[in-house]
Amino acid sequence: MAATLDGSDNPEKSSERKPGRPGKWKPFRKNWDLYLMAAPVLAYFVIFEYVPLYGLQIAFKNFVASKGIWGSSWAGFVHFERFFDSYHFWRLIRNTLGIGLYELAVGFPLPILLALMIHEARNRLFRRFVQTITYAPHFLSTVVLAGLLFIFLSPQTGFVNQFIRLFGGDPVSFMTEPGWFKTIYVLSGAWQHMGWSSIIYLAALAGVDPQLHEAARVDGAGRIQRIWHINLPGIMPTIVILLILNAGRILSVGFEKVFLMQNQLNMETSDVIATHVYRMGIAGAQYSYSTAVGLFNAAVTFVMLIAVNAIARKVNETSLW
Amino acid sequence: MGQTRADKWFEAFIYVSLSLTVLIVVYPLVFVISASFSDPSHIMKGNVWLWPVEFTLDSYTKVFQNKNILNGYLNTIVYTVVGTAINLLLTTIIAYPLSRKDFAGRNVITGFMVFTMFFSGGMIPTYLLVRDFGMLNTIWALVIPGAVSVWNVVIMRTFFQSSIPYEIQESAQIDGCSNIRILLRIVLPLSMPILAVMTLFYSVGHWNAFFNALIYMTDRGRFPLQLFLREILIQHEMTDMVQVQDESLVKHMMQVEGLKYAVVVVANLPVLLLYPFLQKYFVKGVMVGALKG
Repeated sequence: MAATLDGSDNPEKSSERKPGRPGKWKPFRKNWDLYLMAAPVLAYFVIFEYVPLYGLQIAFKNFVASKGIWGSSWAGFVHFERFFDSYHFWRLIRNTLGIGLYELAVGFPLPILLALMIHEARNRLFRRFVQTITYAPHFLSTVVLAGLLFIFLSPQTGFVNQFIRLFGGDPVSFMTEPGWFKTIYVLSGAWQHMGWSSIIYLAALAGVDPQLHEAARVDGAGRIQRIWHINLPGIMPTIVILLILNAGRILSVGFEKVFLMQNQLNMETSDVIATHVYRMGIAGAQYSYSTAVGLFNAAVTFVMLIAVNAIARKVNETSLW
Repeated sequence: MGQTRADKWFEAFIYVSLSLTVLIVVYPLVFVISASFSDPSHIMKGNVWLWPVEFTLDSYTKVFQNKNILNGYLNTIVYTVVGTAINLLLTTIIAYPLSRKDFAGRNVITGFMVFTMFFSGGMIPTYLLVRDFGMLNTIWALVIPGAVSVWNVVIMRTFFQSSIPYEIQESAQIDGCSNIRILLRIVLPLSMPILAVMTLFYSVGHWNAFFNALIYMTDRGRFPLQLFLREILIQHEMTDMVQVQDESLVKHMMQVEGLKYAVVVVANLPVLLLYPFLQKYFVKGVMVGALKG
């Protein structure tokens, strides 16, 4: 599995057609209709992916809508400096990094654990049942998920607080309490995506050679030992690849859910870079400044991805590239 | 095959913890469904735990009387259908050429597309572009940006390469069949599973989409369902946080409370109904992407 993930092409039968000596333009002429087919999509990518990349330059300019992207005057690193010096800077870094790390620590191991357990359950029907149920929340929209959190955690009517009251505790206003924000964010994320994320590990587990188990059983290994020494190493390449991808994304904490869970009272712990960009850019129309903030975030994310990948290659000999 | 005592305990442990996991996942969902059929006053008092208390369809009646929700529902259906159609068309017409070994330049083109997975202009430049095209407050702002997912293109390309014998296409070509006809007559009919997967991935994405509508839509008449859901479920909840003592307000709150559960059920109904049938396709999609990416 690792071998295919790191980019080496799949085995392709070499049934290349060689009609005489093809000229340089021969393949293009022969398959002109394929190029025609692909053209609209390529145009789409140029316009909607590459033009915004070109638009990134407004991070270094004082963008004025009437002058356009090219016509606006250069500003150097002013916007970046303003961001680094701003009152919010450390709060944003702390929250973005905090949520990202917390999620990595809790949200990442859970699907692995779940997959290992599902794989061990002998009863097929039970296994299917567990899978069907745990995959389901993945399909709830972010709005609904955040809405459910507000409903369930409401201090007056939410069932969580009803439960706390039942045991004589005082209701907690979870959604407005800054101290709870990150925990709620991470746990609800685990609740929603744990099952779905386990699919890929289950696929990897299905690929573990049964002969290894056979041999281990003959040697008297118990089930826990076999999980530890056979299954876990068997899916290690998958784990490492996903760990790299997840670690690289630490700073790109999803905008939607944070934004939906955010309110004036929990801002201290819920304000992340993405919501800051939205507030300043879309709501506040400070296009250059917020583009600069977004660019900073993207750059750090990219550097982290490369760094984590390099570490993984050193330690584990599995990497993305 | 002898099992040791430890293994038997282990077996029990697996079943117990998996059952617990299922319980944790399923309880909130069951609660929502039960609450949506219960009398709102019982929800507020905390009498609803598992089954509906004082069964009533009032909340659903209110949902279907709510103009915003109906309007949003209709908009979302239109956005989902149009958006998914565009997604499928564009994904197919790029994935197919890329799947052909005799398509010169396919590596360059793949690189050109994959590059955008790692580097993108981000929120603001994209917003400015959409605004400059005059797409704000139109359906196009919701269906054009993100019309092609590179990831899905890779999945589809892989499927074409691995599941449809190149030899068939080759012989058709020798018989003078054009590439477009090969795609329509040979490749697509053999690709129903992957088309199903793509339809599902894209349409669930559109159904649940919220972000693009949030930044591109200001005209309430064109809001998708998710934006109205946000108002009902989240913004309303925030005003509830302010303690209310007034009698009429309490009554109003009670009705809204019932409405919330019903609206969640109604909003997820299409996905919920289809989910059990389509689950295997979803899983298949993840597998193709994971193993061959």
